Amino acid sequence: MMKVYLLYPDRDFDPSQPLPANVEDITRDLALDTLFKAMARGDDFLFQVARQVMLSNLGDIATIIYRQEVLRDCLKYPDVVRQIYQIPLEFLERKRKQWLWISPRHSSPGAILSGSHHLLEASVDLLCRLRRIADQHVEDFASPGFRRFFAMIQRELADEYLATVEKHLRMLRFPQGVLLSAQLGKGNEGTNYILCKPNDADRSWLQRLLAFGSPTYSYTLHPRDEAGARVLGELRDRGLARVANAVAQAAEHIESFFNVLRFELAFYLGCLNLYEHLAALGEPVAFPQPVPADERRFSCVGLYDVTLALTMGKGVVGNNIAADGKSLVIVTGPNQGGKTTFLRSVGLAQWMMQSGMFVAAESFAANLHTGLFTHFKREEDKTMESGKFEEELKRMSTIVDHLTPNASLLLNESLAATNEREGSEIARQIMSALLRKRIKVFYVTHLYELARHFYEREGDNVIFLRAERLPDGTRTFRLREARPLETNFGIDLYREIFGLEKQ
Amino acid sequence: MMAFLSILGERDGFQFETTSQPDFFPDLNLDQIVDAITRPKQEYNLKPSFWTPLSDAETVRYRQEVMRDLENEMVMKRVKAFSERMIVVRRYLGLAERLDFDYHRKGWILEAALVYCDAVTALAGHLAGTSLRSRGLLAFREYLQRYIHSAAFQSLATEAQQVKKALSEVTYCVIIGIGRFKVKRYQGETDYSQEVERTFEKFKQRDAQDYVVGLPERAGMSHIEAKILEFITRLYPEPFAALDHFCTKHNQFLDEIIRSFDQEVQFYIAYLDFIADLKRQGLPFCYPEVTATSKEIEVHDGFDLALAHARRNSGSPIVLNDFCLHEPERILVVTGPNQGGKTTFARMFAQLHYLASLGCPIPGRKARLFLFDRIFTHFERGEDIHNLRGKLEDDLIRIHDMLARGTANSIFIMNEIFTSTTFQDALFLSEEIMARLMNLDALGVWVTFLDELASMGEKTVSMVAMVDPEEPTTRTFKVVRRPADGLAYALSLAQKHGLTYEQIMERLP
Repeated sequence: MMKVYLLYPDRDFDPSQPLPANVEDITRDLALDTLFKAMARGDDFLFQVARQVMLSNLGDIATIIYRQEVLRDCLKYPDVVRQIYQIPLEFLERKRKQWLWISPRHSSPGAILSGSHHLLEASVDLLCRLRRIADQHVEDFASPGFRRFFAMIQRELADEYLATVEKHLRMLRFPQGVLLSAQLGKGNEGTNYILCKPNDADRSWLQRLLAFGSPTYSYTLHPRDEAGARVLGELRDRGLARVANAVAQAAEHIESFFNVLRFELAFYLGCLNLYEHLAALGEPVAFPQPVPADERRFSCVGLYDVTLALTMGKGVVGNNIAADGKSLVIVTGPNQGGKTTFLRSVGLAQWMMQSGMFVAAESFAANLHTGLFTHFKREEDKTMESGKFEEELKRMSTIVDHLTPNASLLLNESLAATNEREGSEIARQIMSALLRKRIKVFYVTHLYELARHFYEREGDNVIFLRAERLPDGTRTFRLREARPLETNFGIDLYREIFGLEKQ
Repeated sequence: MMAFLSILGERDGFQFETTSQPDFFPDLNLDQIVDAITRPKQEYNLKPSFWTPLSDAETVRYRQEVMRDLENEMVMKRVKAFSERMIVVRRYLGLAERLDFDYHRKGWILEAALVYCDAVTALAGHLAGTSLRSRGLLAFREYLQRYIHSAAFQSLATEAQQVKKALSEVTYCVIIGIGRFKVKRYQGETDYSQEVERTFEKFKQRDAQDYVVGLPERAGMSHIEAKILEFITRLYPEPFAALDHFCTKHNQFLDEIIRSFDQEVQFYIAYLDFIADLKRQGLPFCYPEVTATSKEIEVHDGFDLALAHARRNSGSPIVLNDFCLHEPERILVVTGPNQGGKTTFARMFAQLHYLASLGCPIPGRKARLFLFDRIFTHFERGEDIHNLRGKLEDDLIRIHDMLARGTANSIFIMNEIFTSTTFQDALFLSEEIMARLMNLDALGVWVTFLDELASMGEKTVSMVAMVDPEEPTTRTFKVVRRPADGLAYALSLAQKHGLTYEQIMERLP
């Protein structure tokens, strides 16, 4: 069987699998569309594939490593990969230009047979080309994914097999008439029509002699008996139904193979595009090191927000964080100090790692999550004063509905839509419970009471990061491990914007 | 035991003369309920049986017994299987009547006979091994046993099978060319499709789409197929001779009593099917105790069947309500906030009584209900408020007419009447009409915004549609027996959203 298996070692990617329930929040909060656009380079199909594959996060290390290795091959042999990608594209092109298509279900079996027959004929040389590429490169590629793929092509597309295909395509023209066997069904109507191979081809002279005595009745239609001819055509179709089905399925199988090949390669092509884009900006990427979900691991060097780099079109500040063993990361510090950017870089790196991609960092290691959730302050909520806090709680409650042990939660100024005392108390209760239930939380917050509580009470599974501000007031957009400070920096921003003007 | 007559009642041949739905159906949403019940079974014309309430408690009990027997899953499954086969029998016979070619027509009559014998034998066999309690089904079972052991039925069944077997053993070949064909005996030719399938197997990616399904089954036979069939009768003459003989001997094989059982039992099946969905969602149904003598009624966990049906897939829970009347109480006066479930409650009260009078299990956990003579409803109509005087006049004429026709055994449902008049007028008119209703001694529900009506006398009972004490903006749709009261709330938002420490510890695995 021809299976592509470049995304999973043992199965096709299932494009119909549901996306996570919080796909909208994640896409918005992590600016994922910016990432997909860079991967797509203007190709809608690449965009859709990047989105679909990335949003279906992997939960096992083996598959992540499997994809990382395939991707390494792609980065090493970009031209070969793009050559292979051309094959399904050319198939689609021929289909379009030559009006090749398998007739839909309601068509007659005769029409289905004829359409799929043509489609098969147009595929044979493309399959040969694919095999030549496999013959040439099977030794170069190192990943188990590509090695299996090439070996499969060589095994399944042998010369004698392609010859058999062509023999059947000739026989299916039925020069001797269509021979059907049938039985009497309900109401003495013919049923169970089966297309048969005529016996005389393989018969001995004795068998032919014995068969001679059995009677045969013939009937010739009147030349103007159009209704009769139509009925006869329908009977013929009924006999051809199974074989038309088989040939159409075969054509569909080949078409499907090309489609799966196109889909799975499109993901790697997207990665390749992103890699080339970041390389042009001079930004580093690294293959991350995933560890099991029940461990607590987070350490990175030069972790940057890839979407920010793509939007700005230049290199951006990266962070070095060592938070192994930590379950709660509390980030405090001045506004516009890089806190949200850091939070997004964490989410993106986690998400890219669990798609089997490289990440935007010099090095990155983290435990897997069983689900990544974001609870970001919503700008548009500012006008609806009364309902805002309740809206926040509602969203939080929805997240709690979906949390499983070892999920990750990124909070950006959550529960700030009420006074600090209330917000801190509710946040404290929520965080304490989440910690107990083994949820990993990154929390950017101005709730000083909350930060102080965890600083004073909780154990060593909490780490405090602070957006750095130099003594002269300038921000470096870097985070440092540092205890939370009570004063905030909003006044800076105020001054910056309003200057020193008096009311 | 009495001879079996009808599964709908012990009387001699049950007739439905009702040709249109009762006037109160739309107000109570009973029209929606009956539409939904009968929609899957339109070929049986069941609506008249749902438009005809019973007036004697004995027939109500006769039907309740049959319903209970049919609630036994095995009994229901078998009666349904029987009905499905009877549909097939009718379809085949109808088809045969329209066919042109003799052996084609006879072929379908044979099929109909086969299915009929199968259906009747299977039902008789299954019912014989089942414990039944209802007078109706016990009598029918006895009838069925006598029928299948009759000589006529026995010969029908045996001969049908013999003829069918001989015909189905015929195998032949057709060779189709352009404008001509040949027919011959089958001589072991091998299947070619398999070979093609095997060749292309390796290209399979996922479960492939089936292309064959589109071929329509031809019901009928053209001159070409008739010609082929003629050639086949020449190749194999014996089985067709046997078919000729069969059709002459058994030309009318359907039994009239069995045919009408099949029609009438659909009343039960349709209703039980309809409520099965709701029962699966955990909604309670029960067989009410029905009395024509006592007005001490009582319902636990009742609900509006139309509402429950409309919400069946929405996941929103249906609120269950209780009510009861003790001597000398007669009228439930319902007050409370708008959209609080008052109208639903009033509808439910009448629906439960109506469904009980059909002999059906009703939406509720436990019930004792009154066998009424008439139901009268008066619901405020939204339209036509331009001419207030004209409208009030019409309303009063209608109410007067209802009171004139009603008796002490009638049920009245008054829903938010006089809302468009002045308060003083509304109070005055309502009190007057209430006094007349109490004087009539009828049963009823009165939904109103006038608190005064709730305490008009010993015959009225005050009921209130409740709000959530935690949050007065939330309706609970509970209607409980109590005087109207104000509610206060103190509410923790976090608690409301399940986000306290304890709640999250509970919620997360």
